[in-house]
Amino acid sequence: MTAVVEETAPGKGHGATAAERDHTLITITLRIRRFNPETDAEPYWQDFKVEADPTERILTAMMKIKAEQDGSLTFRRSCAHGICGSDAMRINGRNRLACKTLVKDLDMAKPITVEAIKGLKLEKDLVVDMDPFMQAYKDVMPFLITSGNEPTRERLQSPEDRERFDDTTKCILCAACTTSCPVFWSDGQYFGPAAIVNAHRFIFDSRDEGAEERLEILNEKEGVWRCRTTFNCTEACPRGIEVTKAIQEVKRALIFRRV
Amino acid sequence: MSATIENAPKIHGGGPSIESPRSKRSPRSTKTNFELYGWLFMRLSGILLVVLVLGHLLIQLVLDGGVSRIGFAFVAGRWSSPFWQSWDLIMLWLAELHGVNGLRTIINDYAERDQTRFWLKALLYTSALIVLFLGTLVIFTFDPNIGS
Repeated sequence: MTAVVEETAPGKGHGATAAERDHTLITITLRIRRFNPETDAEPYWQDFKVEADPTERILTAMMKIKAEQDGSLTFRRSCAHGICGSDAMRINGRNRLACKTLVKDLDMAKPITVEAIKGLKLEKDLVVDMDPFMQAYKDVMPFLITSGNEPTRERLQSPEDRERFDDTTKCILCAACTTSCPVFWSDGQYFGPAAIVNAHRFIFDSRDEGAEERLEILNEKEGVWRCRTTFNCTEACPRGIEVTKAIQEVKRALIFRRV
Repeated sequence: MSATIENAPKIHGGGPSIESPRSKRSPRSTKTNFELYGWLFMRLSGILLVVLVLGHLLIQLVLDGGVSRIGFAFVAGRWSSPFWQSWDLIMLWLAELHGVNGLRTIINDYAERDQTRFWLKALLYTSALIVLFLGTLVIFTFDPNIGS
């Protein structure tokens, strides 16, 4: 790397501990798509130079920018460890979690672009309106539906039955898949991969009895039949869920129940 | 095992009430299997069309002298047989409907305004009707003695 700069104990705040670890700090450029609805008509790119350890995450660099350079930089993050699903962003053109993307995995010599996920209304900087996304999630009824009396003990399930939908239980609702889907970009009414994944999680759950209703919902005009199998969702998923496969399984379930 | 239609639970009546989960979105009213059949049709007609179209091209362009022997007499000869009549009829309908459904999907994907979408689809369906009508008419009413 040409941009390597040896860190010599800056001795301010926590900087000293970083020097003690004797890691190589390099200067990276984050090119962040900024937007302030109160002053800007259009989003614009702004470059920030920030020192980062290559093994650090993009989120760390962004928090450093927010703390040291520009406090108005706005983004969501909560757990910062890839579980809460708050910080899905489009980094170097691909949807990823900022908290799971290491600096060293990107091209450090070039500016790293960071922008909001696409297809949802931009509110500020990297924050988008998640309501339509969450509404699609609610629409597929992501809760256990049963009939009859409540059992007196837990609802048992064989390991095989559990395995059937194991993959789709991993979803953290970060919206990386849905906002990478070209069909969702052009048609916001499409349920989107995330909602279908969460429907899949219950449709194929042996304890659940709402499969027919969920399939009926996904059989509608804006349901699974809009999927073009472009696999953007599978590539974007930070949890490694085989999203397109799940959608195809829902399609198959619909075909063999209806035809 | 998952539930069948008969014992699907009624979540809207009785039991623990859940705040209407689909209130905010525009109501989706299509309770048909239209999109399902459309999707299935694309796959099945696609498979058939591979055979029909490649067979058609092979006969018309490659076998037995190829394109040079095609003339009025050649077409008249082929359409005197019900087999080739059906072949061409099935190929016409499948190819036209396959193409129309594909274009319908593309229009749905790319037309941003409802008006644009409406008029593009109107144009598409009109053209499909004309092609299907004319094609079918010719196959059924073809007169080999039209010149004499």
